Amino acid sequence: MSDVANTAAQVAGPDLSVILIDISVLTMMAITAIAIARLRSLFALVMLSGVYSLLSATWFVIADAVDVAFTEAAVGAGISSALILGAMLLTVRVAKEDKPLKRIAPMLVVVITGAILFYATIDLPGFGDPNSPANSYLAQEFLQRNYGDIGIPNVVTSVLASYRGFDTFGEVGVVFIAGVAVALLLGFGERSLSASLKKKKGGEK
Amino acid sequence: MTLLSVAAVGIFVSIALLLIRLFVGPSLYDRVLAVNSVGTKIVVLLALVGFMMGRPDFLDIALLYALINFVTTIAILKFFRYRSFQISLIKPEVEPKGEAE
Repeated sequence: MSDVANTAAQVAGPDLSVILIDISVLTMMAITAIAIARLRSLFALVMLSGVYSLLSATWFVIADAVDVAFTEAAVGAGISSALILGAMLLTVRVAKEDKPLKRIAPMLVVVITGAILFYATIDLPGFGDPNSPANSYLAQEFLQRNYGDIGIPNVVTSVLASYRGFDTFGEVGVVFIAGVAVALLLGFGERSLSASLKKKKGGEK
Repeated sequence: MTLLSVAAVGIFVSIALLLIRLFVGPSLYDRVLAVNSVGTKIVVLLALVGFMMGRPDFLDIALLYALINFVTTIAILKFFRYRSFQISLIKPEVEPKGEAE
């Protein structure tokens, strides 16, 4: 986690105070995650996951991934906590206490995955490194020709909406289907929809 | 710059206090209020970070977060008042034509 801050220091991009803010935000995220794992009250879990999303969105903004941060704030903190609340209504309010022995296997999986990810960060180029492969070849090309090709000043928008237009279209479709499926499962708005349809019919007659 | 840093430290301390309230908060409303306040603190934090990094355009993002935060709080509270999202907060006007069926 502090790896990002460390590499940021190497590239001499953001100054010390920003790195400290990075570390504090990440620490709070870690504390929230531990609390999510420990707490049993489902309502508290929903609230905590909302806070976790907000904190991670903040971190994304500080790491200059503003579009990801927007998605995280809107989906993670906004709609998903509302959806989980709706799902909570269908089940009990307090999670069952699980046996201590049962926690060992998930713990092992998490620790091993975390260790592998940490190992993988050794090979990563520094944060915002202009000489990293991601920034040097294709990105430069796109930055230069994007305006001539498409005429949208924002490079991210032009890539998402034009170069990868079909991909984004498919994504929108997938997200829409997922939303419809969740709405069907939770019985969301079913009654109000039929009621409004009835009203419309009556109005037209 | 030092002023901004001190303000950021203060914000972090207050977020930590709110997190504690979120963990131990006995009642539901403590937790809703804590989440709402964390959202507000994060808005301020984003504004501070924007000025620290020399990018005041983070203010726009902070404003958007304030909006999302507000809507979420309203949604949660409405949900716990009515147990449903379908009831509108404004009383609908009675339409005799629609009820005719």
